[in-house]
Amino acid sequence: MEIFISNTGSNPIYQQIYEQLRNAILSGTLKEGDLLPSIRGLAKDLRISVITTKRAYDELEKAGYIHTVAGKGCYVAPKNTEQVRAEHCRRIEEHLRVVLRLAPACGISSEEITALIHKLQKEEQGCPTPSK
Amino acid sequence: MPNAIEIKGLNKSYPGFLLEDIHLDLPRGSILGLVGENGAGKSTLIKLTLKAINRDSGTVRVLDADLDDPDFGRIKEEVGVVLDEAYYPEVLTAQQLEKVMAYTFSNWDREAYQNYLKRFQLPEQKKFRNFSRGMKMKLALAVALSHDPKLLLLDEATSGLDPMIRDEMLDLFNEFTREENHSILISSHIVSDLEKVCDYIAFLHQGKLLLCEEKDRLVEKYAVVKIGRQDLEALDPEALAGKREGKYGVEALVYRDLIPSTFATEHTSLEDIILFLAKGGARG
Repeated sequence: MEIFISNTGSNPIYQQIYEQLRNAILSGTLKEGDLLPSIRGLAKDLRISVITTKRAYDELEKAGYIHTVAGKGCYVAPKNTEQVRAEHCRRIEEHLRVVLRLAPACGISSEEITALIHKLQKEEQGCPTPSK
Repeated sequence: MPNAIEIKGLNKSYPGFLLEDIHLDLPRGSILGLVGENGAGKSTLIKLTLKAINRDSGTVRVLDADLDDPDFGRIKEEVGVVLDEAYYPEVLTAQQLEKVMAYTFSNWDREAYQNYLKRFQLPEQKKFRNFSRGMKMKLALAVALSHDPKLLLLDEATSGLDPMIRDEMLDLFNEFTREENHSILISSHIVSDLEKVCDYIAFLHQGKLLLCEEKDRLVEKYAVVKIGRQDLEALDPEALAGKREGKYGVEALVYRDLIPSTFATEHTSLEDIILFLAKGGARG
């Protein structure tokens, strides 16, 4: 697993760790029951503050992605399917927002976007639309 | 006790200088960076913590012991100290110095010291007076780390050293605090060094502690914006923490959550924050 901390980004460091660990869990890089790096170890390896790392872990625990076993460490929690769905929805929304911002800039109507989505769906399903 | 150092209501006055009502905690396992201009009182504060000078009033606890405890001397065995100059006998070599130190500290670790000498590539036969400044500081650090300290007090230990050596030292501090009960108080006026390693930042200005806060929260809390004079006047005065007026516009330090989200904020370093606060006088 790789974690990158950007010091120039406007995202606070704890949020960067939170998001990257969350993504690793959602994508399956970290699996249920996996032991996460210790807070202190991760902080020192990334050369960031221990408190900030703890904050990221606390947020992950609050959101139900990990759970803490006293004296042992933090483990990846069983996947909550609803939560995963909600997270994916949120990501789709994010991408669609970009589409909606781009479309008017070059005069593409929402009907055209819908048509494009249908076309892409067919492509993904392996039955390409006849070329024009 | 969760704190390695606890300072409450500490006062110390010299003619023309006043260290006033200092409250400061260093939580165990963390690194606290003490920032301040020359003469702000950083060294005085560190010396007071060591009982190297006497305080006028206030309480100081170091590693669970009160400064007034009769056996405070015992605690000093667990504190590694590096001041801005290393004062060892000039005619001794690093190896000869070890013999002195082995008699000084009851928990002296010969092997650790030898390892540090190797790691820092310090010459074995050279006399201390012929050491370069970098070598002197490394030797002082090797001594400080070789008697199994729980707390490091470092006063300008990295100043006057080249960036490579400073970075090496920062790595060492980072490594030292991998242990949960190891803590560091480090003073420096090289803010970027402190930004790299510290968990907490305390800012001493003209003998007063202007702020002591988690480093990352500071960076989250403040932002620098570059705006015109009119925009500045339109800004909520509460949101303004400091400003620098130029001929063509104003640079202002603002509280991130008090400004409209339409403002373009610059990436703000700890150094910017400190500089603005020092000029404007902080409001916490």
